[in-house]
Amino acid sequence: MTGKPRSFQQIILALQGYWAEQGCAMMQPYDMEVGAGTFHPATTLRALGPNPWAAAYVQPSRRPTDGRYGENPNRLQHYYQYQVIIKPSPPDLQELYLGSLRAIGIDAALHDIRFVEDDWESPTLGAWGLGWEVWCDGMEVSQFTYFQQVGGHDCRPVSGELTYGLERLAMYVLGVDHVMDMPFNDPDAPIALTYGDVFRQTEQEYARWNFDVADTDTLLQHFKDAEAECARILDQVDTDPKTDRHIVMAHPAYDQAIKASHLFNLLDARGVISVTERQAYIGRVRALSKACADAFLRTAAGGHSPA
Amino acid sequence: MPDLLIELFSEEIPARMQAQACADLKKRVTDGLVEAGLTYASAAAFSTPRRLALSVEDLTAESRAVREERKGPKVGAPDKAVEGFARGAGVEVSALEVRDDKKGQVYFAVIERPGRTAEEIVAEVLEATIRNFPWPKSMRWGAGSLRWVRPLHSILCLLTDEEGARTVPLEVDGIAAGRETRGHRFMAPDAFSVNSFEDYEAKLKRAKVMLRAEERADMIWNEATNQAFALGLEVVEDRGLLAEVAGLVEWPVVLLGRIDNQFLDLPPEVLQTSMKEHQKFFSVRNPKTGRIERFVTVANIETADDGATILGGNQKVLSARLADAKFFWDNDLRVAREGMGPWLESLSEVTFHNKLGSQRDRIERIAALARELAPVTGADAIEAEEAARLAKADLSSEMVYEFPELQGLMGRYYAAEAGKSDAVAAAAQEHYQPLGPSDAVPTSPVSVTVALADKLDTLTGFWAIDEKPTGSKDPFALRRAALGVIRLVLENDLKLSLNEYFHSSFWWLLNEGRGNWFEEEPKVTELTSGDVEKQVFSVRAESLLTFFHDRLKVYLRDQGIRHDVIDACIAMPGNDDLALLVRRAKALQATLETDDGENLIQGFKRANNILTQAEEKDGVEYSFGADRKFAEEGAEVALFDALDAAQAEIDPAMAEQDFGTAMTAMAELRGPIDRFFTDVQVNAESTVVRRNRLNLLSRIRTICLSVADLTRLDG
Repeated sequence: MTGKPRSFQQIILALQGYWAEQGCAMMQPYDMEVGAGTFHPATTLRALGPNPWAAAYVQPSRRPTDGRYGENPNRLQHYYQYQVIIKPSPPDLQELYLGSLRAIGIDAALHDIRFVEDDWESPTLGAWGLGWEVWCDGMEVSQFTYFQQVGGHDCRPVSGELTYGLERLAMYVLGVDHVMDMPFNDPDAPIALTYGDVFRQTEQEYARWNFDVADTDTLLQHFKDAEAECARILDQVDTDPKTDRHIVMAHPAYDQAIKASHLFNLLDARGVISVTERQAYIGRVRALSKACADAFLRTAAGGHSPA
Repeated sequence: MPDLLIELFSEEIPARMQAQACADLKKRVTDGLVEAGLTYASAAAFSTPRRLALSVEDLTAESRAVREERKGPKVGAPDKAVEGFARGAGVEVSALEVRDDKKGQVYFAVIERPGRTAEEIVAEVLEATIRNFPWPKSMRWGAGSLRWVRPLHSILCLLTDEEGARTVPLEVDGIAAGRETRGHRFMAPDAFSVNSFEDYEAKLKRAKVMLRAEERADMIWNEATNQAFALGLEVVEDRGLLAEVAGLVEWPVVLLGRIDNQFLDLPPEVLQTSMKEHQKFFSVRNPKTGRIERFVTVANIETADDGATILGGNQKVLSARLADAKFFWDNDLRVAREGMGPWLESLSEVTFHNKLGSQRDRIERIAALARELAPVTGADAIEAEEAARLAKADLSSEMVYEFPELQGLMGRYYAAEAGKSDAVAAAAQEHYQPLGPSDAVPTSPVSVTVALADKLDTLTGFWAIDEKPTGSKDPFALRRAALGVIRLVLENDLKLSLNEYFHSSFWWLLNEGRGNWFEEEPKVTELTSGDVEKQVFSVRAESLLTFFHDRLKVYLRDQGIRHDVIDACIAMPGNDDLALLVRRAKALQATLETDDGENLIQGFKRANNILTQAEEKDGVEYSFGADRKFAEEGAEVALFDALDAAQAEIDPAMAEQDFGTAMTAMAELRGPIDRFFTDVQVNAESTVVRRNRLNLLSRIRTICLSVADLTRLDG
């Protein structure tokens, strides 16, 4: 890239270009509501088993409780994460990461870039890893994690995972104080759009729905349905009676786990989950994630070889 | 003699783990070297965010050869025994020697261990150290199986002597030891090789790495205080933060920044906490006003613009953070000024423990307990109750939600804003104290009352639901709560019977339908009268009091009071009054430290033994009726006189709980008792005289036992 980036999308494109050059498969966002890029099966499931893997993608992520009607300078209920996952983690992953910062215009000679201890844990995914949050001049710009366990299984080999909070990172690079003021496309484009032009209205709509309107009985029923469907899918025999093939439906089951997780987040935003119930719900979603991880390990992508 | 240099170069090591890792590296390597037969003059370990290093001076170049002879089984012993012996000694059976011994021919194994070079030993010890390193948390990476705190990149292992430096051949999971390392990640990333520790440290410094953590910390502190001083300001000291920051940088660059004016009115603790927790900034204070006006951040790099970009970025991040804090503070103040009602209400939705209800339920109990305690602590009952009701209100505030470590302190600010008295506001903060054995104990009566009520409610609550600490498991910090009560009572010299409050508390819990009271007695299924509860409560109260006594023993042992002395006093009535118990124990200990006291105990024990034996033998209790008219010997009469005199002093003193006077009077019995045993034969021929003497011994026992249960003393 030549010169400093001028827009949000330019930063995304620069990351795409950079990681494509490093040999990652450029994947697309997962077509479901998720709380973070980690939920994409390209990360959660592919981190399991022995097969090598390298992928990068943007993932729209939803955190209903973080909605602020588009008024807070950097809190959003819908935002973008950029996610990179490489298995096994290459020895120069830190250098590769620093290269990506260079690619979006962060000059390491002028800024203070630091790796500050931050161990990652996802109770709903039954996953944890060790790593850092990466600071640039005191601001957290990425999460850098070596996965140790996913879905209750040890990761062998270990995946290296990078997560960039795109809005925050871009605001810093572009020198913008309020996310809604950030140029989405080039400010000199014939139809120049800001982040606010694209998302202010939806932030308001979703904040209202998330906090006050979403029907909790329906959400609760959907949660139970997703939970039941996940279990039902995984209860099927591994050999498909119609085709006589070994078809373990890990991904369809995992979709239900993702659904349950998002429904839990919505219920949480509606304030109907008490402190004590919280743990129980998290435990239920974790049980689904673990069952899906078990199933994935019985698939070819999970390293299963036909006997 | 060679010097050894080791460096383990990795990705960023968490700051909080570095000091312990240094200590572990030094200990494990030097212990291993010594165990393998090497000696050394000195050793020192160092850490930066990316490396652990160890320098060992004057290491012996090789271990000495060792010859050991071991005696084995007799010739003719079963083959298995002989083979086992040979295997244990590490020699072939054919190599065993047969020698004459006192009892015949015996096998001997001669074990020869040749000397080994330092290289061999170092390689072995270092590999074992790396593989078994006690990181608090470690990880795997890539496709390897080695565990380290973060991926390990290179190992430098060098022995240096007059002939020069040589690499110790060693490989751990594909990482071969060499003599190269790297400098600062951004300012001097190239590899370079070194040939001694001095060379290593000097080259690192040229490559923008300060090896020594203390040097980095000193540099940060001096630079920060100098920059602050130049503006007439001072840096708020924080050793923990200084150590942490020194562990986050290899090349510290201190930058002093501004805090936006709009945030300067936030409470200093809020500024400090926010800057420290989120940004690892030091606070810079104006000594005249006490306000936090600036901050110090420590970068890890020298830049062409002298840190301007870095400082600008940090200021921006700080402003965003403080905007949050200010938002919380402003919102909280609104609620506080209106009396904190919504907070108190929402505490009913905060579960304290699923069997003990919400924080709101707990507050009701604490308030009731505070009211009961007030007469004892000298607090105004209405004020104490109000303080108890407000003490936890800040748990619902936005600021405490964001910064849990500010609980109590914010409560104090908010109570003051709500127009409450200073005593009520102070209690919001102080009722958590003492938080540990060295934390201060509150002294103002309202704070003391709420602090006691809070801790007593916690303890009785968990006793009510039968979840006591077991072994090392004490998830609700009940030991700390009990120690807190002990210190509150003793340091404020409060006269209070714990049992009374245990029972009150148990009643409230039962009335709220809490506690599993009747599981121990399955027969009791229905409440028929108050007696049943009282009985169950007594069992729990006794168990809780024993828990207090155990904590008290630990506490007093640290003050030099013997455990048997405490036992002797716990056995006395009124043992739930801790101040009384401790005064009794201290008086007893003081008495035992005098010559008279020590000997009196011997006299008492002798009297008690003779008496007990006689009582067992005769099947009667000699407890009454020693009569002076049957006294035949002078020493006997003298003992009568002494006992009368002592009793005349002890009884009123005990009534006043003046243990010192009582025990001094008791100790004065030592002479007459000693003389009695020297001059008088208890088992006289005359039954009347014998019985009278035994009854006299019984008076000794009664008088002595009225002070403490001396039978429980050791020796």
